Amino acid sequence: MTSFMTITLNGDPYDVPAPVTVTALLESLDIDARRVAVEHNLVIIKRAAFDQIVVREGDTVEIVNFVGGG
Amino acid sequence: MNSDSFVIAGKTFQSRLIIGTGKYPSNAVMAKAHEASGADMVTVAVRRVNISDRSKESLLDYIDTSKMFLLPNTAGCYTADEAVRTARLGREAGLSNWVKLEVIGDEKTLFPDNEQLIDATKVLVKEGFVVLPYTTDDPVVCRKLEDAGAAAVMPLGAPIGSGLGIQNPNNIRIIREFSRVPVIVDAGVGTASDATFAMELGADAVLMNTAIAGAQDPVAMAEAMKLAVRSGRLAYLAGRIPKKMYATASSPIEGLVGR
Repeated sequence: MTSFMTITLNGDPYDVPAPVTVTALLESLDIDARRVAVEHNLVIIKRAAFDQIVVREGDTVEIVNFVGGG
Repeated sequence: MNSDSFVIAGKTFQSRLIIGTGKYPSNAVMAKAHEASGADMVTVAVRRVNISDRSKESLLDYIDTSKMFLLPNTAGCYTADEAVRTARLGREAGLSNWVKLEVIGDEKTLFPDNEQLIDATKVLVKEGFVVLPYTTDDPVVCRKLEDAGAAAVMPLGAPIGSGLGIQNPNNIRIIREFSRVPVIVDAGVGTASDATFAMELGADAVLMNTAIAGAQDPVAMAEAMKLAVRSGRLAYLAGRIPKKMYATASSPIEGLVGR
């Protein structure tokens, strides 16, 4: 059975099934893992560790990518 | 032009024009402008992914990263800590340890906070980053950045996006004379002659975004900038004539008809 939890995702509250790996979180958001960087509770997660890191209730997650800039 | 290659931290670039990826009318126009510019390095910004709207196309769909080197920036950061955090995220997103380091000190002018900039440079250099700091056109600050381990210094020609051209040419010339690392004039270029002028002063490269992206025809302006940077570089290497107060005839004075 799936329970839901609230995390802070890119600064806003966000409900996701708990618990969830970074890989599963990105998949549920339809985000290509190869094009983003992820910070979990202020620690940057290496891409190779996306499968291992588990996001829990109350955690803070930042997902960033490249946009146009000078 | 192999005898005049442009090298930063051991990496060779074909073009001395570095351009941005922001503010184009569309990604398609940007891609065409990139092509026309001949540049092989482009800057990108690091921002939060839009979670609620995933429909937006990705910038990287319009950049051929096999030809174009990505230089993530820390634009919009106001403290060394913010800039370091953003640089680390940029490294993970792009899998390269290069960063265009910006620490802004004032909202209206977007002038850098040099104290924070030097601090952030030290931290990132220690972490193995190739740091290219955007700085004021101050030779002493540029020297401090070089001492802190910056791989190049990037003095502004004028405020970001202003298009005012090179406001303090003598400082750019002095920075070039003092620096042992490449000098890249970053920001302030408005049109082709500004880029040429920067290169004639001895700049190793010019970085611009708005001058191309904001032009009425960005693709044509990108080509103009390519030629301008080439022209300025060639003129610098050729060695210009000294300026004189009065005329010096180009044609012989002897053998005039009727004298």
